[in-house]
Amino acid sequence: MPEFKPFRAQKRMKALMAGHFHGVDAASRDPQRRVAWCTSVGPAELLRSLGFEVYFPENHGAMLGATRKAQEYIPKANAAGYSPDICSYLTSDVGAYLAGETPLQQAYGLEGVPRPDVLVYNTNQCRDVKDWFAFYSREFGVPLVGVNSPVNVGEVTAEHVAGAVAQYRALLPALEAAAGQRFDIDRFREVLALSADTSRLWKACLWKARHRPTPLTFFDACILMGPAVVLRGTPDAVAFYEETLAELDERIAAGVAAVEGERLRIYWEGMPVWGKLRDLAGFLGELHAAAVVSTYCNSWVFDAFDQGGDPFEAMARAYLDLFIARSDDAKEEIMAGLLADFAVDGIVYHDAKTCPNNSNTRYGLPQRLKERTGVPYVIVYGDLNDLRCFSEEQAKTSIEAFIEQVPAGGAA
Amino acid sequence: MSARPLYLGLDLGSAWSKAVLLGPDGQVLARAARRTGMRFEDAAGALRDDVLDRAGATAADLASVVSTGYGRRNVPFADARRTEISCHARGAHHHFPRELDLVDIGGQDNKIVHVRRDGAVANFLMNRKCAAGTGAFVEEIAHRLDVPLEELEPLAEAATREITLSSFCTVFSATEVIKLIREGESPGNLCRGIFNSVIARVVEMGPLGGFIVMSGGVVAAFPVVARILAEKTGAEVAVAPHPQHLGAFGAALVAREGG
Ligand code: SF4
Repeated sequence: MPEFKPFRAQKRMKALMAGHFHGVDAASRDPQRRVAWCTSVGPAELLRSLGFEVYFPENHGAMLGATRKAQEYIPKANAAGYSPDICSYLTSDVGAYLAGETPLQQAYGLEGVPRPDVLVYNTNQCRDVKDWFAFYSREFGVPLVGVNSPVNVGEVTAEHVAGAVAQYRALLPALEAAAGQRFDIDRFREVLALSADTSRLWKACLWKARHRPTPLTFFDACILMGPAVVLRGTPDAVAFYEETLAELDERIAAGVAAVEGERLRIYWEGMPVWGKLRDLAGFLGELHAAAVVSTYCNSWVFDAFDQGGDPFEAMARAYLDLFIARSDDAKEEIMAGLLADFAVDGIVYHDAKTCPNNSNTRYGLPQRLKERTGVPYVIVYGDLNDLRCFSEEQAKTSIEAFIEQVPAGGAA
Repeated sequence: MSARPLYLGLDLGSAWSKAVLLGPDGQVLARAARRTGMRFEDAAGALRDDVLDRAGATAADLASVVSTGYGRRNVPFADARRTEISCHARGAHHHFPRELDLVDIGGQDNKIVHVRRDGAVANFLMNRKCAAGTGAFVEEIAHRLDVPLEELEPLAEAATREITLSSFCTVFSATEVIKLIREGESPGNLCRGIFNSVIARVVEMGPLGGFIVMSGGVVAAFPVVARILAEKTGAEVAVAPHPQHLGAFGAALVAREGG
């Protein structure tokens, strides 16, 4: 097995994540403070500006996947009417709730998941998040509000942005009521600026993988992205990525390779298989293949935060620009750019059974992109959390056979 | 290197494992197959001893061993390992040195490998997770029909009507068969339907070209599937010599070429 080279930053990240969960937990117990649950690409900045501690159920879903606890919980949600065919973050999370358990107990000593005062979604990624939050709205008797976003969008137009801005503004009365304070646009601007910094730094970290050999892989990035998801809009996240970036520069200067003898550069398309993250990292490492770029980790890069002007417009555009919400033509364009930027030799598409939204294999995109760029691809069938849908042997054989065929240093 | 360099290819499949032993000039000295059983290591060792025995050779004569198949990582005495995709392609190219699509129907999975004229793999497809259209599917449905496997093909030859089981799922296909039996469908038509379904699952995996080579245990036991594939695709269809051993043969060729 190849040697893993953990980042110094991971230690700091652990402390940061612990601080995050304890912070939300403390707020949920304090009658003076409020907790909002938010989707991972929802309007977290708006919520922070209103003084909410923000909790992200998808992050919890990923923890359930990574700890493989999802296997115990998914069937409980299935039995309660949430199909095995829908988002397995949702079914893992709802199942854990029904079981009265959470990995937060063991990892951070929390009694349970911190209760929300309001639930805020954005359907830019999928409808599942709304149904997921609706479950908790019924359970806890707290308001559910959110934004219904256009999906399958080619070019994001001024009309799209105006529509989203109107929806965000319309949320304000409900959010102010839940927050117990008035909205302050200057505070919103400040939070957005911190998110912009986080995003810029996170992108810079990911872009270090353009170096040969890459100092980090997709699998490292899946771990390191935690703060970009749950802490964006805070100074802590900014400081964290400044440090991470410096560490990556150090690695490059010292010639440290994430994958010894890097031979092939891979694009990982689609969700991680959380329960097999480390395993797949080792497997690719053994084959001297480095997953240098991914759609998934890039999903928390929001260039539009930086556009200046009306903060509502900047946020609206950032959350509309999102890869997952775009048309196949737009996705093809974005991917073709990344393939060239990162000098990719081959693409591994993960078709995740329970997340059609993040599976870009079903409408001929891999075939078209290969036609256009010549970069070969392979599709593996699995899932983000539900390992019942993942045939490890078959996936590994597909990847290994693919790597046996792909010539290094250029398209086939 | 031994005085009599021999080359061994081992294909450790999910249901069956196969071995091919090549002599110094690449001639086939022995072939063997056995049920894989619980331990790949044991199957690999037994197959090695078996082919060496048949060739009157010993382990000391082995210059190189290449393993392939699901159990390829579980052969402690292998010098190299390759996926079954590469080995099947290598074997097919040896027999048919032209552009081809290899269709391998195995015990639990199907694959299509597009092999270029120069022997390189252009791309490949494997079936998804389930066993629909594989050897396991044929066995399961035959079991439901209570027809011994060796009678399937003669019965299918007597079919008077073309039926195809439409379900992707082996269990649902079995239910479909029961419904057809209830409706009075003849055993011949049902058996033909099993093979039609196998080919339907293959054809829907991806595009196939004008020349197809078939391998794997299913075509070895039921050559009728090659005829059905030719009818369904209009392509020229050849069956690889010793179709069940093509992967092991390819592995042995890889061993002889230096792993
Ligand atoms: S995008 Fe996919 S994984 Fe994420 S919440 Fe929606 S269905 Fe689940």
